[in-house]
Amino acid sequence: MENKVAAVKMRNITKTFGNITANDKVWLDIYKGEILALLGENGSGKTTLMNMLSGIYFPDEGQIFINGREVVIRSPKDAFDNGIGMIHQHFKLVDVLSAAENIVLGLREKGKLDLNAVSKRITELCEKYGFDLDPKQKIYDMSVSQKQTVEIVKLLYRGADILILDEPTAVLTPQETDKLFAVLRNMRDAGKTIVIITHKLNEVEELSDRVAILRRGRFVGDMKTSESNAAELTNMLVGHPVTLSIERPEPKDPKKKIEVKHLSVRNIDGILKLDDVSFEARSGEILGIAGISGCGQKELLEAIAGLQTVESGSITYYDENGNPEELIGKDPLEIMELGVSLSFVPEDRLGMGLVGNMDISENMMLRSFRHGKSPFLNRKNPYALAGKIIKDLDVNTPGINTQVRKLSGGNVQKVLVGREIALAPKVLLTAYAVRGLDINSSYTIYDLINKQKEKGVAVIYVGEDLDVLLELSDRILVLCGGKVSGIVDGRSAQKREVGLMMTRVGGAKDGE
Amino acid sequence: MANEKVRNPLFHIVKRKNIPWYKAWAIRAAAIIAALIVCAVITMLLTGENPIQIYITIFKGAFGTPRKTWVLFQNLSILLCVSLAVTPAFRMRFWNIGGEGQLLIGGLAAAACMILLGDKLSNGALIPIMIISSIAAGAIWGVIPALFKAKWNTNETLATLMMNYIATQLVAFFIIVWEVPKGSGKIGIINQSSEAGWLPQIGGQKYLLNIIVVAVLTVLMYVYLNYTKHGYEISVVGESEKTARYVGIKVEKVIIRTMLLSGAICGIAGLLLVGGTDHTITTTIGESRGFTAVMVSWLAKFNPIFMIFTSFLLVFLNRGASEIATVFSLNKSFSDILTGVILFFIIGCEFFINYKISFRKKGAKEEVKHV
Repeated sequence: MENKVAAVKMRNITKTFGNITANDKVWLDIYKGEILALLGENGSGKTTLMNMLSGIYFPDEGQIFINGREVVIRSPKDAFDNGIGMIHQHFKLVDVLSAAENIVLGLREKGKLDLNAVSKRITELCEKYGFDLDPKQKIYDMSVSQKQTVEIVKLLYRGADILILDEPTAVLTPQETDKLFAVLRNMRDAGKTIVIITHKLNEVEELSDRVAILRRGRFVGDMKTSESNAAELTNMLVGHPVTLSIERPEPKDPKKKIEVKHLSVRNIDGILKLDDVSFEARSGEILGIAGISGCGQKELLEAIAGLQTVESGSITYYDENGNPEELIGKDPLEIMELGVSLSFVPEDRLGMGLVGNMDISENMMLRSFRHGKSPFLNRKNPYALAGKIIKDLDVNTPGINTQVRKLSGGNVQKVLVGREIALAPKVLLTAYAVRGLDINSSYTIYDLINKQKEKGVAVIYVGEDLDVLLELSDRILVLCGGKVSGIVDGRSAQKREVGLMMTRVGGAKDGE
Repeated sequence: MANEKVRNPLFHIVKRKNIPWYKAWAIRAAAIIAALIVCAVITMLLTGENPIQIYITIFKGAFGTPRKTWVLFQNLSILLCVSLAVTPAFRMRFWNIGGEGQLLIGGLAAAACMILLGDKLSNGALIPIMIISSIAAGAIWGVIPALFKAKWNTNETLATLMMNYIATQLVAFFIIVWEVPKGSGKIGIINQSSEAGWLPQIGGQKYLLNIIVVAVLTVLMYVYLNYTKHGYEISVVGESEKTARYVGIKVEKVIIRTMLLSGAICGIAGLLLVGGTDHTITTTIGESRGFTAVMVSWLAKFNPIFMIFTSFLLVFLNRGASEIATVFSLNKSFSDILTGVILFFIIGCEFFINYKISFRKKGAKEEVKHV
């Protein structure tokens, strides 16, 4: 391939976790000075493969060559010694320390620690590649994007030549993503080798030089990005052709279902998470909620579901006949018993909606176990429901008695959404319903949500992918720092406009 | 490049696939055998006895005479009873290590009834009162830490542990109040002549009642945990408190209810000891079973039926080890050493059930050299 030098060669790499084969005899070449997009659906083994390169896991079989020399990577330290650094989805930073302190943390340099010298070197690096970073700033004062910058600079400071980024844009606004991509291009031009793990096709096309595709733990193929197109990539990803468009039926006879007025919520630490939020959600309509993560989305949904203590304001539910019912002050069970069906797909699926160590049938039981007067459990109905959901939603599982934690993310999500929809809700609250899902599963979920909408359910959909929000929602409420930044029409809104509203209340000019 | 030496690590640890149950039990059996071998070696080095002789002694200590067999089953049933008591709390991830105190308080309540009401009521009235007060006392002792946990999220491990000391001191206090004869610091056998408040003997066997009661409790607990709504709620709260709240389970209510149950069963254990077998009370009547029960429950993965085996194993080893200590005239610490060795192996083998160690394969490196 055009005289390029392979910085990394992975040969016959196999890794299994119990019964699951995460990687099966993978061959992968990463060339010096390129941006490689490692594309794959959820559970296809992208992150596992890269974790073996960065010393988190050790392969069961196979060999790794760095710059032509075979190496054994047993620990992240071995990886660093080979110039490999990885930025994980969850940042590993100490909140109370400054950027510079975090960057030198764990480095065993000789002599006294001279933070000024460190800061100077950091500033040089930043100038070289175009980062925007204040070495003295504390981590807790930083936005997600700034924290990510610290992670990248940390690797560069330690002399990493091969940088792996695991879904770096998942937490960024469109503007921040543009900035990140610009920096990554600078780094490539300076000779660094960059791998980004992603499942977003548009990012592959925008950023990468070459794309390698994994499917179900196997290497499917690689190609130059310039010679590929979205349809072809999708086919390789999924294994069969798929159509990529989200339907958006017109709302039928929308009626007020949920009305939120002047809602304010503080979290346990007394920080104001929602500030005077007002809006209404209507039946037969999808209300999208956009915002940088942590801007009050979680608190908003939890407040409606009765899981969050409210400081002030009101949340009113309107039943079929338009009779109002105040929800604040009721616990989740009372809200259900009143006939107010809130189907809540929490952000943290396994932590809140499901019990990982229980099987699919027992997880179905979470919603229905109270039925009947007998002190004993009725296991038959949940078992039947589990079977139906597995069949209808095409859940990939060894059986009904499989523990939910052993399923992949997409299948976990299907189980949860399937159970919530089986309740025949009037109001469906979902947060990040497709987070981490592959294309196929995502579209299954969009379909399910649309079907609920057509049934006259009021859907409140918290999403992180702006493109999807713009395609799916009838109206979009943009949150910014716990305030309503604006409510726009889903059909006419522009991505850029919404992006600006996410970073500034009202979306006022940001200097451009 | 092809000839370069690359050192793979000698071994690395791999998580196992779901291993079949018979393999898991084979590993556990191997662990017990290994433990017995190590025990034999240690004993041989210290006493010079033949290891076969040592094992025979262990077995004799447990089953040597009908009396020893009955004592074994008595110890087994009380240990199992306390283990059954702490298990629902453990399933809820509520670390009740206060079984000892709850048992003591239950026993104290039974003793109080026997002493204070023994000459006033017939056994037909006295025994039901003893049952109720023991259960109530144990339940109250169990629910106090639960209330603190539910209201203020205090640490239940510390609270239940400290409640043990309070219980011990209370018992010590009442022993002085009721001591017979005065100044002896002991209560002695209560109602020796009238046998008031002594639980009935079944078929003339002193221990049979305890064994039957605990057998019934074991089955009930198994059903309660696995087939009832309460049992399901306990599991959900234990696995994920957030999920429990999300589906509308009142977590505080479940914590309090479960600890009432946990304490109540400990109270029954106290009743069986005081009213059924010992007919007296001392501060050490529980013999640390409240703590041993933690191990019984964990080793059995909180399954009441498996707990029969794990408690049997511990009691058997304990009786056998103390027999060795007696026969070969070693002190009590020696039997503790042997029990420690055996537990080390039993607990350690769980690692090999969950993980396997794969060694560097010879020749495997030659696979791909044409790069």
